[in-house]
Amino acid sequence: MAFDYGQFVSSGIGKQLATTLGLPRPSRLRRHTLGGSLVPGEVLVAGHGDAPVAERVRHLLADAGVTVASQPSTSVAGVVLDLTAIETAADLETLRGVVGPALKVLAPTGRVIVIGRPPQTATSVAQAAARRAVEGIVRSVGKEMRGGGTANTVLVAEGADTGVDATIRFLLSGRSAYVSGQVFSVSAPVADVVAPADWDQPLAGKVAVVTGAARGIGAAIADTLARDGATVVAVDVPAAGGPLAEVANRVGGTALQLDVTAPDAGSRIVEHAQARHGGLDIVVHNAGITRDKLLANMDADRWGSVVDVNLMSILRMNEALIPAMNDGGHIVNVSSTSGVAGNRGQSNYAASKAGVIGMTAALAADKRVLDKGITVNAVAPGFIETEMTAKVPLATREVGRLMNSLSQGGQPVDVAETIGYFAWDANRAVTGNTVRVCGQMLLGA
Amino acid sequence: MSPTSPRRAAVLGGNRIPFARQFGPYANASNQDMFTAALEGLVARYGLGGERLGEVVGGAVIKHSRDFNLTREAVLGSSLAPETTAYDVQQACGTGLENAILVSNKIKLGQIESGIAGGVDTASDAPIMVTEKLRRKLLRVNRAKSTAEMAKKLLAIRPTDLGIETPANTEPRTGLSMGEHMAITAKKWGITREAQDELAAASHQNLAAAYDRGFFDDLMTSYLGLAKDQNLRPDSSVEKLAKLKPVFGKGEGATMTAGNSTPLTDGASAVLLGSEEWAAEHNLPVQAWFVDGEVAAVDYVHGDEGLLMAPAYAVPRLLARQGLSLQDFDYYEIHEAFASTVLSTLKAWEDEDFCRDRLGLEKPLGSIDRSKLNVNGSSLAAGHPFAATGGRIVASLAKMLHEKGPGSRGLISICAAGGQGVVAILEGA
Repeated sequence: MAFDYGQFVSSGIGKQLATTLGLPRPSRLRRHTLGGSLVPGEVLVAGHGDAPVAERVRHLLADAGVTVASQPSTSVAGVVLDLTAIETAADLETLRGVVGPALKVLAPTGRVIVIGRPPQTATSVAQAAARRAVEGIVRSVGKEMRGGGTANTVLVAEGADTGVDATIRFLLSGRSAYVSGQVFSVSAPVADVVAPADWDQPLAGKVAVVTGAARGIGAAIADTLARDGATVVAVDVPAAGGPLAEVANRVGGTALQLDVTAPDAGSRIVEHAQARHGGLDIVVHNAGITRDKLLANMDADRWGSVVDVNLMSILRMNEALIPAMNDGGHIVNVSSTSGVAGNRGQSNYAASKAGVIGMTAALAADKRVLDKGITVNAVAPGFIETEMTAKVPLATREVGRLMNSLSQGGQPVDVAETIGYFAWDANRAVTGNTVRVCGQMLLGA
Repeated sequence: MSPTSPRRAAVLGGNRIPFARQFGPYANASNQDMFTAALEGLVARYGLGGERLGEVVGGAVIKHSRDFNLTREAVLGSSLAPETTAYDVQQACGTGLENAILVSNKIKLGQIESGIAGGVDTASDAPIMVTEKLRRKLLRVNRAKSTAEMAKKLLAIRPTDLGIETPANTEPRTGLSMGEHMAITAKKWGITREAQDELAAASHQNLAAAYDRGFFDDLMTSYLGLAKDQNLRPDSSVEKLAKLKPVFGKGEGATMTAGNSTPLTDGASAVLLGSEEWAAEHNLPVQAWFVDGEVAAVDYVHGDEGLLMAPAYAVPRLLARQGLSLQDFDYYEIHEAFASTVLSTLKAWEDEDFCRDRLGLEKPLGSIDRSKLNVNGSSLAAGHPFAATGGRIVASLAKMLHEKGPGSRGLISICAAGGQGVVAILEGA
């Protein structure tokens, strides 16, 4: 069996050795379970000034059966701080005063969520500076947290407060286990925000297409969307037909074998989804390949095939998919931290994955998409434990696993959970975002 | 019989695993493994998980005695509802198509709403038998009531009793292999080596082209790392085939080579059939209608007909029943057991004497447009896991007819060991 650092330092001599040498010891993360509580304990909710969003969050938590605290008690499971009303950097003292002491009583797998406004729409230079400062603080808090805790920023545009609920729920829940140090932008909803009848089935009645669904992260996306109520069309190349069928049968969906780079891939997906499932609500562009080589040695084939599969195919398929999608649908693209930070030997892959980030932002603002009330977002996975990363040489693999605030690799389900959150009809106020699912990897932004 | 005319049976789609050469990637896969894989691919493609179908009919030509309930076991190992009934049929190479006839008949009669017809065969994971003498002696040992008696019975086994037997591709009543039988027929009909090699090369080229245009994307599910038929040689040509030495027949007149005969292969296939109503309820477009089927047998033992010539008799009977001529088809799927089988059959239908004396027809059935024959390749290229061939052909032809459009027609002809032949007509929907 392969050496597993995480297991080693959790047991007997490994634990002792790690403590003595000051080595990182990964904590067990809290993940979503059906029927489980949103968050295992009290949540401290506070704010600066009139804190309009804090009030909303209190109601949301009360509805979800979570006890809200105004002062840190002996133990809290999360802290939600509303800084939307700050005017200058001096107001950040509120954050120090609330979050600082709260960290001392924060339970393992705790959550720190700071809500602010976008610096771009500040009314003064001083306010812009203060608003931007929030992100820096929260990223630092993420790196200071222990016990599998996470810290994230939510920037709510002026007048968009009603759209914040889905993101607060997601960040407090086990669904965001491996998401830390991220900034979520909430803007005016592109269509009516519809809360699900059952929060354990947020995708009930929806039809979702997942490309690259035969294995790894794609299979986990199919599993997770189906668990949350969606009917899944699992797409992969014919050569992956065997494992694809396994996934489709496991989730009670259908398998569609095609190469996403085929000129008619988009129309074939539409035809299948409409004929067999009566429409299409959610599209997850997950199919991707790597053909690593240093740029100096990169041939045109390696370059072209990666860019075509990972980026160009999405643009082509969207031409057929978007007009056919149901109004109020959701598109989620899979990028990569390589697209954010770059990676040695992956100039082609980074090109495609950075391109996905650009495409996501631009498409979210595209008229065709806005007219239909479709959201477009992306996830950028960091080091995720898959068959693919299991083949990475030991030293590189361990560095990849440990170079993040949670000192461990993420699970495919962690990526899938964030994708699921982007696909909620309760989440129509988040669009154009690229969120990293990387445990706050040390590389990149 | 019901006073109302029977309803139609629809072919809704199919699935097979790529066919592998004997002792290739599926060397360690059992019939049950392969047929389960074929079912699972079909279930995934058509969203049949947890569904109770009317029945699943499968079977294998070469079967272990432990696999008495092969198809039922495969169903239980699949994602279909365990309440789905199943049974095995064995009619040599005609098994798969016979199963499609059986399922479609039950659908037409309203006995079932849906069903899967298929078949599987392994030439690799073959059962091994001991010699007949040894088997009898071992049974006696097994019956022994005491250790002493058992030892006594065991001692009765002589070195000459030892030996194993594997299933052979040989006709029990003639002792001739299928290839040797075919060689006789090919010689009788004067089938040339060149004509056979041309047909073989076309089979490979057509199958390769079908893969290239994604024809099999919704007909096949990869298995054990194999995504295409292993036997396929896209670069096959008459020139290359001409270099092979004959393996069947003797001397100067021998024309049959490993290139224009099907190789031993492993594989499985399954076809989904249903009533029009069931298809609509499940949002499954009808690809083709399973119009009719016919089975014939010939006396190759005492008579002078060729072992694999039964389809030549079955087709005219089916045509007569349906009021069609041999030329009324858009596609012909004539199973390529050997290239010479296809050519002998076609030649017989063109032959005045044969059609008059053997078929009792006033005039010959005539020629077919060869550009409509096995247009996406057939068994010479794909391989021929005996009971799996019928399902392969029905699913492919149904798709071709669906692409061609409503009212288009296809004819299937499959020869089988024991001097039998199974044929059927499909109509595009």
